[in-house]
Amino acid sequence: MQLVLDTEQQQLRSTVRKLLADHNNVRSVVDGDDAYDAALWRHLAELGLTGLVVPEELGGAGAGHVERAVVLEELGRALAPVPFFASAVLAVDALVALGDTQVLPALAAGEKIGALAVSPEWGPAPVSATERDGGWVLDGHAPFVISGDVADVFVVYSADGWFVAEDARRTPLTTLDPTRGQAKLEFAATPARRLDTADPAAVLEEVRDLASVALAAEQVGGIAKVLETTVEYAKVRVQFGRAIGSYQAVKHACADLYSTSERAESLLRHAAWAADHDREALPLAAATTQVFTGPAYFAAAASGLQLHGGIGYTWEHDAHLYYKRAKSCELLFGGHDEQLARLAGRLDGVS
Amino acid sequence: MSEFREKVRAWLAENVPGDEELATAKRFQAALYDAGLAGITWPKEFGGQGLTSAEQQVFDQESARYDLPNSVFRIGMGMCGPTILDLGTPEQKARYIPPLLRGDEIWCQLFSEPGAGSDVASLQTRAVRDGDEWVVNGQKVWTTVAHLADFGALLARTDPDVPKHQGLTMFLIDMHDPAVTVRPLKDMTGRAPFNEVYFENLRLPADAVLGQVGQGWLAAVTMLGHERVSIGGFVRKRHDPLAHANLAETARRYGRDADPVVRAELAKLYAAERALALFNVRLRQEAEAGSPPGARGSVAKLAGAQLQQQAVAVAGLIAGPRATAWEPGDAAGEELALAINQTPSSSIAGGTDQIQRTIIGDRILGLPREPVVDRDVPFRELRVGTQRPA
Ligand SMILES: Cc1cc2nc3c(=O)[nH]c(=O)nc-3n(C[C@H](O)[C@H](O)[C@H](O)COP(=O)(O)OP(=O)(O)OC[C@H]3O[C@@H](n4cnc5c(N)ncnc54)[C@H](O)[C@@H]3O)c2cc1C
Repeated sequence: MQLVLDTEQQQLRSTVRKLLADHNNVRSVVDGDDAYDAALWRHLAELGLTGLVVPEELGGAGAGHVERAVVLEELGRALAPVPFFASAVLAVDALVALGDTQVLPALAAGEKIGALAVSPEWGPAPVSATERDGGWVLDGHAPFVISGDVADVFVVYSADGWFVAEDARRTPLTTLDPTRGQAKLEFAATPARRLDTADPAAVLEEVRDLASVALAAEQVGGIAKVLETTVEYAKVRVQFGRAIGSYQAVKHACADLYSTSERAESLLRHAAWAADHDREALPLAAATTQVFTGPAYFAAAASGLQLHGGIGYTWEHDAHLYYKRAKSCELLFGGHDEQLARLAGRLDGVS
Repeated sequence: MSEFREKVRAWLAENVPGDEELATAKRFQAALYDAGLAGITWPKEFGGQGLTSAEQQVFDQESARYDLPNSVFRIGMGMCGPTILDLGTPEQKARYIPPLLRGDEIWCQLFSEPGAGSDVASLQTRAVRDGDEWVVNGQKVWTTVAHLADFGALLARTDPDVPKHQGLTMFLIDMHDPAVTVRPLKDMTGRAPFNEVYFENLRLPADAVLGQVGQGWLAAVTMLGHERVSIGGFVRKRHDPLAHANLAETARRYGRDADPVVRAELAKLYAAERALALFNVRLRQEAEAGSPPGARGSVAKLAGAQLQQQAVAVAGLIAGPRATAWEPGDAAGEELALAINQTPSSSIAGGTDQIQRTIIGDRILGLPREPVVDRDVPFRELRVGTQRPA
């Protein structure tokens, strides 16, 4: 088990951090009309980051989940408003697991954006598939599709199995987290391609475990950034003639943020390592990570906002963006109750 | 009457069984030593094995499956020994380290006093020079295993006319000296694992000083650093009733394992336990790669105490009334109650949770320190504990 990053992984981290420092434009999405930061997305694609875990023969980088977690941590730190999680994680993982060769190259290259349609509880979306003229059509809808507002390709999990569609009627939703869009998709006799697999539900489980790790990476990045900005602020903000960071109520809250950050990172490193090197350990590690990082990120973001005082509550300050991202992340995949039940179920098989 | 007293004394001394636990601990430690498994990373010339932390890690992993019976040596092995290795003279190392590793001698740490706990630099125990010797008077408190200890690392004030951190000296003392009185102190579990210790004109030779005269604070900080790593990295006992695996087993035994609330709380506890365990692995891997943990040991110490509290909450949820009363002699009931009652100590001993947070804030995050009022004032003029120094 390797829980510290090697030199190359650290280099990857600096490269992505530098790229985001130069090109990330969250406010163009939060305050502007853009649905996502298209320029940043192109930069990520040029560096080959959108296809990190896609096999090389399909145009990907053939790297691992540890590397993808490093990238996601940076995206999470920066709240980068790009459809990476939907496309380079959810859609790509499903298509890799299903052995697709047709759409993956375009997703790996970042030429197309993918999204995954499941029910909010991560069961089959209320979509039915019918065979017609030698092909398939989809009818029904999928609520709450992450980045469904900007995606070109929809990977659909239904009671009839897995499908890929490139068309849908979409209604962009107003979101708690303004940096990541969601949409309702509606299918009406929409042509689709079937992706055959012996055990469709098992594919979904695998996708979900990998998504839990990826989401944890975003959360760990977010916690680290909240810690950093809060500590920075506590050093410079003066009240009653002293830097507020010298007051124990503030200092001790920062220490708790640090402790949370270090422990969340430890769980993430193990889960990402398991995704690459120990698939048997992955289901338990993935569920464990989400049970910890979900509430931890939200508590950290709320505490960070609190320690910024009135400034933290203003629209101009980024504190609220972390708060909203953290709560949204915590509520994905059926929410925290569902995460707890999932981990509890996996623990039954352990001890 | 005095003849009778002698008879009673003699008979009791002959016939009351010795402390079996202590004998077992000593036997076990001696066997470890003979097998070449004691002091794995300690220097060979003083009886250690001279190996690396990788071997230590292997030992820790393997031994985590058992409840090792040698915890009475923890203060010596985790704190006093490493500090002697850091600061001792060659003679001190040669005298004290090998018997410690062999399990011949037990150590205690004589820092805290009634007026000086978190603020240990305010201590009032005095050591006054008399020719070549030192004469010690004063009192220590909460001294773990002092009643079994052969030696102690004593922090005393040798100069009250300079600011408090500058006037301290560390001594290595013989706990069997008649000038040392040890009185057991009952803790909240009803047992007496720690003590009050009194010094009445204890005479120490010049070579009892560890480090330099007046440099006791440096010695104390060195030892406290070892202490945090030792406590933070401490592997839970296999049969600790508050460990997740054992609580899950208890839930099954009591038929509480299908309750969704119990399941959820056990899941949260498992996640917190894993997070801390993996953090400790990371610290070790980083140390092997050349960056020692430094003050990050405080995170492990703090998180460990919090984990313990979380586990008490889950234990109560699972056991319900069974945690409040049990049949006499019911081992499971006793064990759980003891674990519940021991929990507050993890947030106090070895530096309170508040002190750990301050360490993390000051030393890791670089936050501005609190203003201090006593740094440049001669100790004699300070108000300490609940009184003024003598
Ligand atoms: C089981 C056990 C074993 C022990 N074994 C030993 C031993 O072997 N040798 C030894 O020398 N000592 C030992 N101790 C003593 C231990 O180190 C002290 O109890 C501890 O450092 C706290 O000191 P105190 O009890 O005087 O509390 P105080 O320092 O009086 O603290 C009281 C409260 O005030 C808070 N506080 C104090 N100062 C600050 C501050 N600056 N900022 C914020 N909050 C503060 C504390 O966190 C605590 O909540 C042991 C204690 C226990 C419980």
